Amino acid sequence: MRIKSQKDFFAGLLYFAVGVAFAWGATNYNIGDGARMGPGYFPLLLGIVLAIIGGIVMFQAMVVETPDGDPIGKWAWKPLVFIIAANFLFGILLGGWPLLGIPAMGLIIAIFVLTFVAAAAGTEFKFIEVLILAILLAALSWFAFVWGLNLQFQVWPTFITG
Amino acid sequence: MDLINNLSLGFSVAFTMQNLMYAFIGCFLGTLIGVLPGVGPVATIAMLLPATYALPPVAALIMLAGIYYGAQYGGSTTAILVNLPGESSSVVTVIDGYQMARKGRAGPALAAAGIGSFIAGCFGTLILAGFAVPLTEVAFKFGPAEYFSLMILGLIGAVVLASGSLIKAIGMIVLGLLLGLVGTDVNSGVARYSFDIPELTDGIGFIVIAMGVFGYGEIIANLSHPAEQREVFTGKVEHIYPTKEDWKLMMPAILRGTMIGSALGILPGGGAMLSAFAAYTIEKKTKLKPGEVPFGKGNIRGVASPESANNAGSQTSFIPLLTLGIPPNAVMALMVGAMTIHNIQPGPQVMTSNPELFWGLIASMWLGNLMLIILNLPLIGLWIKLLTVPYRWLFPAIVLFCAIGVYSTNNNTWDVWMVGWFGIIGYIFIKLGMEPAPLLLGFILGPMMEENLRRALLLSRGDWSVLVTRPLSATLLGLALLLLIIVLLPAVKSKREEAFVEE
Repeated sequence: MRIKSQKDFFAGLLYFAVGVAFAWGATNYNIGDGARMGPGYFPLLLGIVLAIIGGIVMFQAMVVETPDGDPIGKWAWKPLVFIIAANFLFGILLGGWPLLGIPAMGLIIAIFVLTFVAAAAGTEFKFIEVLILAILLAALSWFAFVWGLNLQFQVWPTFITG
Repeated sequence: MDLINNLSLGFSVAFTMQNLMYAFIGCFLGTLIGVLPGVGPVATIAMLLPATYALPPVAALIMLAGIYYGAQYGGSTTAILVNLPGESSSVVTVIDGYQMARKGRAGPALAAAGIGSFIAGCFGTLILAGFAVPLTEVAFKFGPAEYFSLMILGLIGAVVLASGSLIKAIGMIVLGLLLGLVGTDVNSGVARYSFDIPELTDGIGFIVIAMGVFGYGEIIANLSHPAEQREVFTGKVEHIYPTKEDWKLMMPAILRGTMIGSALGILPGGGAMLSAFAAYTIEKKTKLKPGEVPFGKGNIRGVASPESANNAGSQTSFIPLLTLGIPPNAVMALMVGAMTIHNIQPGPQVMTSNPELFWGLIASMWLGNLMLIILNLPLIGLWIKLLTVPYRWLFPAIVLFCAIGVYSTNNNTWDVWMVGWFGIIGYIFIKLGMEPAPLLLGFILGPMMEENLRRALLLSRGDWSVLVTRPLSATLLGLALLLLIIVLLPAVKSKREEAFVEE
């Protein structure tokens, strides 16, 4: 059998896998019965439903013809990696990562790193432009979140403020 | 009269300096971000939600409501001027709005959208105020079985209107429901699916999902398309005010759109998008007057009617949320999240226990609509400038505000890690053609559904038939089934697919 809709097939597979995982996880908890539902009852039910839905979607993807095979297409690795990396670096720099002994570097440095890494996800990258953008964003964020809304952020690195 | 008493209470709350200011800030920020192409109302509200944490509950909700219509309205500006729907409900506005802009009539198109939205907003607010009391009384008759069935109806309603494959959309709901169950079970105290991670025992934050999937996921998908050549009308938009001829065509269309929107907004799963689609379809069916520009070529009715409808619909979609506590769409699901952050359990009791919040919010909706029209017509030049900002400057800023937003929710980097993972998941959803909006709705409803099912079955001693033997519950389930059957009818099915292909 040939897959007739690649998108649907993998969507169905995803549903199926997640459904099975949740249902299997639910068996670790007390299931109970209808009158006295345990913590595992509802997730088990939903997990089974999701797995069945996944099965139907996969079946349809094998049977129903589509004009072009509904391909998933290329994964945009570059934006994916840079955007998500920008996010993670922001978290690490802002809060530090005690496990690896990385100290908190504070909001301003985190904003600069995030802006540069995220900007690299795009097709065009001009250093000066990104630098100006980073300065603007840092100033705006400080003004709006730290000064204006008084949210609790560490603004500067620990080794400066002590 | 009760209605007048209630509304005057509402206006006395809304007309304080502080609340007027928050309504204004909300409308302004909402429009500001809503104008940016590719940022819909869900992402806008999620991104701005942290800004409201420190406010008192009434002010926070007033500001969020302002953000919502601001984003909605900003989306239409983008649709008219750039030929890009800022969000799904302005998809149909693009068709005639952009054509008008190309003919140098961007001004009247924007005015038609603004005036239509305002009239629709006024009417929607009245409906909301009028319906709230009787519906709340109905809601008090609801037992857990009815609530459970109502949620099923709401969820089915939401997917019937989702674009694309029905079964995949139902899958997204169930996935959302499951994700909503992660965390400590309120009944037994068991931490479910938390893998011994303390942060996970509190469950997954809805902001994390909203921002990851609607923020990061969308950005990654947008960047993967080669930059489109956008034609923006940067020139001065002159002659904002519609001509006499325009008024004549516009007004009946606005009224029709308002009616359709108000009715469809109340439906579970209804709201802005469905309303706009229905209004445009009906407008297209009416006969053209002699000398009128055909639809698709820049007919002002094609802008006025769907814009009025989407605003009326977004107004009345507050009805199920405020009276029954059940969010009818993804935006309202975010509102539920916002209310819980302020310790307000949405539902019929809000009106009795918190009347100033309830009526204040309703009154501020009307004020918000007024502000939008005051804000938008003179400031149109500013919004146009904003449209010319290239995407390569915008998306790092969006990433930053998402990251700061999630961090500030709990002042914890855990949420930053989670939003990153959900960004990846969101991109996978987009690649596999899976609609994320039903997921968010399911996520919010998951715990509520479990709780109501548990209570219903406890009362019936484990007998599932309680869902169909209680008349109200049976009716709601019957409606849900009917909706499913209608959509699966071959004739309707092909029409539905056609409607979404037009997007």
